[in-house]
Amino acid sequence: MPMLELQGIHTYYGHVQALKGVDVTVEQGEIVTLIGANGAGKSTLLMTICGNPRATRGKIMFEGQDITRAPISTIVRQGVQQVPEGRRIFSRMTVLENLQMGATLGDPAHYKSDLDRMFGMFSILEKRQTQRAGTLSGGEQQMLAICRALMSRPRLLMLDEPSLGLAPLIVKQIFKTIQDLNRENGTTILLVEQNAFHALKVAHRAYVLQNGEIRLQGSGQELLSNPEVRALYLEGGHHAP
Amino acid sequence: MTQGAMGMAARPAIDYAALLKDAALAAFVVFFLAFPLIGLQTYDQGGALAVRGRWDLLAYAVIIGFVGRFLFQLAMLFKPVKSTKEPSDASLARQRQIGMIIRYALLGIALTMPFLPFSDRSWLDRGINVLIYVMLGWGLNIVVGLAGLLDLGYVAFYAVGAYSYALLSLNFGLNFWVCLPLAGLFAALFGVLLGAPTLRLRGDYLAIVTLGFGEIIRVVLLNWGSLSGGPNGIASIPRMDFFGLFPFGNREGAFHTVFGIEYERTHQIIFTYFVILALALMTNWMVNRLRKLPLGRAWEALREDEIACKSLGMNPTNTKLSAFAIGAMLGGFAGSFFAAKQGFINPESFTFMESATILAIVVLGGMGSQMGVVFAAIFLVLLPEVTRDFEQSRMLLFGAAMILIMVWRPKGVISHREPTLRLNPVKGA
Ligand SMILES: Nc1ncnc2c1ncn2[C@@H]1O[C@H](COP(=O)(O)OP(=O)(O)OP(=O)(O)O)[C@@H](O)[C@H]1O
Ligand SMILES: [Mg+2]
Repeated sequence: MPMLELQGIHTYYGHVQALKGVDVTVEQGEIVTLIGANGAGKSTLLMTICGNPRATRGKIMFEGQDITRAPISTIVRQGVQQVPEGRRIFSRMTVLENLQMGATLGDPAHYKSDLDRMFGMFSILEKRQTQRAGTLSGGEQQMLAICRALMSRPRLLMLDEPSLGLAPLIVKQIFKTIQDLNRENGTTILLVEQNAFHALKVAHRAYVLQNGEIRLQGSGQELLSNPEVRALYLEGGHHAP
Repeated sequence: MTQGAMGMAARPAIDYAALLKDAALAAFVVFFLAFPLIGLQTYDQGGALAVRGRWDLLAYAVIIGFVGRFLFQLAMLFKPVKSTKEPSDASLARQRQIGMIIRYALLGIALTMPFLPFSDRSWLDRGINVLIYVMLGWGLNIVVGLAGLLDLGYVAFYAVGAYSYALLSLNFGLNFWVCLPLAGLFAALFGVLLGAPTLRLRGDYLAIVTLGFGEIIRVVLLNWGSLSGGPNGIASIPRMDFFGLFPFGNREGAFHTVFGIEYERTHQIIFTYFVILALALMTNWMVNRLRKLPLGRAWEALREDEIACKSLGMNPTNTKLSAFAIGAMLGGFAGSFFAAKQGFINPESFTFMESATILAIVVLGGMGSQMGVVFAAIFLVLLPEVTRDFEQSRMLLFGAAMILIMVWRPKGVISHREPTLRLNPVKGA
């Protein structure tokens, strides 16, 4: 049984149809990457899994349970957590407060050890804990956003373009963090990226979304060498050596 | 001192020519505006309307415009350059210390105010008014400052509280101390009633709806004569007694006989003063407490980013609703206090102007700042008193003062936000 299974998901924004029957599965312990052009519906897919907006048709199963209509808080409690596009940290609150917000639905008993774990992962956050989160650099903000999401101990972590607007060195660090999380904590990852090269390299499996439909799927390596993917998503300049 | 000198040295030389040009432009605008408004006066000449010029006044206006703009620009040049860096820990600690001192000093003044030699009835009244606005400001601060919901109809909850007390005490003979929680409860209920359908709205839309709600309450009170007494309002509302034990007044069994002191009319006013002081302090304590609880933090997080809150599994509507209800409840407390202090209420006390004043207190004070609200309330309540002599230009002064404050401190008098969590002790240290 896959950990997450989307069956024929349709999502609308008013009259605009953003997803047109998407099937995606994520197995326990995998890193699955979703790539696609702007407006393909990648963010919508992640948001739909979280229940905002709701799918109008189709079914979302998480660990054998139907979460298509479950309340948002239930979905998070089940262990699904998203790092939304554009970080969306609470900029006027301190770093520590941001992390605590992430633990809202978590077990209070874990709070302290989780906090130490985050600080162990990104020591910069420990140094900046009383600083307003809005004054962090872009990379630090992304780290904070990831840590905030991790505070609820998700089993499925979904990241929406974590490398957006970051310098190559930081991007490398972020991808390394994602791989470490997957390897060491066994966190399952669903990764949405524009930076297709990196994202496909770390992925076990990947999907290509086009106009709200799954266009291609395969292992990360397969898609990396797929001529269509190369032409559309890799040659455009995202290609890093 | 040295800091100022250094700051000046770092600044480029002042370009007087540009300043004069700018001032001349301002003077021209003033001339353009003032020519028809001030410069021309119509008068009655043998039954016909004639026009004559008031060139001297026009000249004054233009000169004021010129000099004012020049000085203003000059002042802006000398305004200390704000460093965008986060303040250092040391300076933060010092600021916090100063804040503490001011806080305790103000508390001391507030506690001893009724016993100071100059405090007569009118000063006590002023004190009570300031405290009512401080309490309202703190209540609205939950909604606007913490939860970030622009509420333009806060006065509605104040009205609900006031009428609740008036009606409950007159119709059921209930005592102020019983009515106070009930009034708060009713106001909170109205908060939920208004909030439930509207809190999905954002920013400006919510503002319009709350504005409408405030007006609806007032218009209902104005027209539902059988309940609210219509425009005449409700008179002879029972004043508050001593915690439901004994009344005030010059008779046997009243406050002064129990305590064996000489009867004085100010006793009741002093008591009233302390009641509102206690209510205000309770509000402050509650807001400070709430901010450190998950609920208060959720309000602030919601103000910052709703989508992020949703992705963390929060329910934004319920969170907003709780902020709205608690803010409304505090407004209701203040309202029922107002009715008991005044002994008379009518819809005139609950106009939009009132909402605007409370909002101005919150914004001027610095959103989310508790001390700022105190200063803004003192300022906004006392300014009309000071300017009583210029009755005609009062609103003008009021507006000018607000603009000046906003130019001086765009984020309100006190814009620093106190973190709700202290440092997590660094491991091994
Ligand atoms: N809140 C919204 N209301 C209306 N339409 C929306 C909304 N959000 C997204 N859309 C539309 O849905 C489609 C898919 O958008 P989505 O944000 O999922 O794309 P994306 O693949 O994440 O793109 P990007 O790479 O630019 O982030 C787009 O056509 C977009 O215009
Ligand atoms: Mg997107």
